[in-house]
Amino acid sequence: MYDTSDIKKNLKIKLDGVPFTVVEVQFVKPGKGNAFTRTKLRNMFTGAVIERTFRSNEKLEPADLEERQMQFLYKEGDGFVFMDTASYDQLNLSAEQLGDNRWYLIDGTNVDVLFYNEKPIGVTPPTFVELKVLRTEPGFKGDTSGGAMKPATMETGLEVAVPLFINEGETLKIDTRTGGYSERVNKR
Amino acid sequence: MVPRSAVRELAQLPEQQRACVAGRIVAADPDGFTLQDDTGCVSVQHSIIPPLGAFVRIVASRAGAGLSVIESLEVLSAGSERFTQADSDWAALTGVRLPNLRRRQALKRAVQTFFDSAGLLEVDTPAIVPCPGLDVHLDAIEVLGTLRGPRWLHTSPEYQMKRLLTTGLPGIYQLGKAFRRGERGRLHEPEFTMLEWYRTFSDAEQMMRDTERLVAAAARELTGSLTLPGVEGPVDVTPPWDRIRVDQAFEDIAGVKLEHVLPDEERFYEILADRIEPKLGRGRAVFLTDYPAPMASLARLSPHDPRFAERFEAYLDGIELCNGFSELIDATEQRTRLLRDQTEREKLGRSVYPLDERFLAALQEGIPPSGGNALGFDRLLMLITGAKHIEDVLALPVSRV
Repeated sequence: MYDTSDIKKNLKIKLDGVPFTVVEVQFVKPGKGNAFTRTKLRNMFTGAVIERTFRSNEKLEPADLEERQMQFLYKEGDGFVFMDTASYDQLNLSAEQLGDNRWYLIDGTNVDVLFYNEKPIGVTPPTFVELKVLRTEPGFKGDTSGGAMKPATMETGLEVAVPLFINEGETLKIDTRTGGYSERVNKR
Repeated sequence: MVPRSAVRELAQLPEQQRACVAGRIVAADPDGFTLQDDTGCVSVQHSIIPPLGAFVRIVASRAGAGLSVIESLEVLSAGSERFTQADSDWAALTGVRLPNLRRRQALKRAVQTFFDSAGLLEVDTPAIVPCPGLDVHLDAIEVLGTLRGPRWLHTSPEYQMKRLLTTGLPGIYQLGKAFRRGERGRLHEPEFTMLEWYRTFSDAEQMMRDTERLVAAAARELTGSLTLPGVEGPVDVTPPWDRIRVDQAFEDIAGVKLEHVLPDEERFYEILADRIEPKLGRGRAVFLTDYPAPMASLARLSPHDPRFAERFEAYLDGIELCNGFSELIDATEQRTRLLRDQTEREKLGRSVYPLDERFLAALQEGIPPSGGNALGFDRLLMLITGAKHIEDVLALPVSRV
């Protein structure tokens, strides 16, 4: 069982028999009152997001998910095709099932596919993925307003705020827990 | 010697004129590099590109939107790509945080000006105390290695400040750190800045007027307007602010009668946090007043209706900004309530801190009828800057210590 202090983004829990992924956590505490944990949870079957507030003494049930290491092969229409590298079994997951994780998939990425009662319902990407910058404005364009970041679009379509010194074509390490820039990978 | 300029000043630099600028090389450009200081960035044309991350000093002149090195380029430190990592201090501070820290300084000054001109005495009471406050839902951080028995960091300086009121001073204020174990989130840090003030011969009513005027003065000083950007949307802070009683808020906003909720304190706070607070102070600051007596351990009960206490909170854009009351000055009653809080803490399995006998003795000695208020300085700064997270208004939040 989890305590409310264990709740963090991407934790998988079970509510009324349905597995949910935590997408947002907020610590709430009226000045003189007891603390609560307000969450947004994504239903792993349907992709629907619900809000739920937990009291600090509440216990949460872990979602009993099985993980299998698989490789992302390619995108096919609206679906994403994965292959079990041991058995060569293939399966399909939809964009809704993958949620934001679909932005971290390039052909050949190894991920953990999550199964609930033998049914594939989502993936856990590696904590860091390396993605190429598809589009970003060149370095710095003469205004001195001081913003240290600029927007960039990665090869998967993921939008990331990156520092000024990043150029198109460079490879960046992205933190999949936050969806944010982590560091530039030196060109070898 | 050419005097040193900030990067931001270069936009006004006339053609032909020389300037000296110092900063960090943050990018290599096709025909030079980008130099950054705490005020902004500028592109510099030059044939030599110093290593990324190095600090340099240059003497240059205007070349279009950028600069061109004409005289000297001194490399002052070794280059390093460490700063390009997302968790570097440079990355954490350069974005929004640095401008917010400047406004923090300005807000501190505005607060001090406000209270100094109102004739209150600024005080600094100890942070390490033998009795950290018995609020049922606050936990203190224990200090190890003390020589005179157990000590904690206070969760609020109220016991110490109230002892100073025995002098009959017209008023005192303190801008300092308060410490609360385990509180961390969008609006919470375990170590945060609290503005606490007291006025003697006064009450909650006066505290509410102070709050309105203080926030309006700070808004005028820092934003030039009486509408703050807020965290989710703008908030009008023109005094006087609207007021809503706690029982009225339960009925009008949550659709439940307070008396049906009340014996269950946890449910009270759940409804307050989940259904009422998010609606309060949207577009316009509001006071939530007249708390049920059990939720106001240090406040005076209303002389008109002892089921309620003269306690209030201010809400701006759904955020609780302060908590104030007419102080309870009856030593016997105070002791009874603190003993009750101790029992309550024990029941909940929380640490039971000792009674502050010196505080109780001060009440016995006598303090004038007084009003007190504690305001979250960091939260006020969030509302002024539009910062979405308390970390964005702190130099080094706990996550980076």
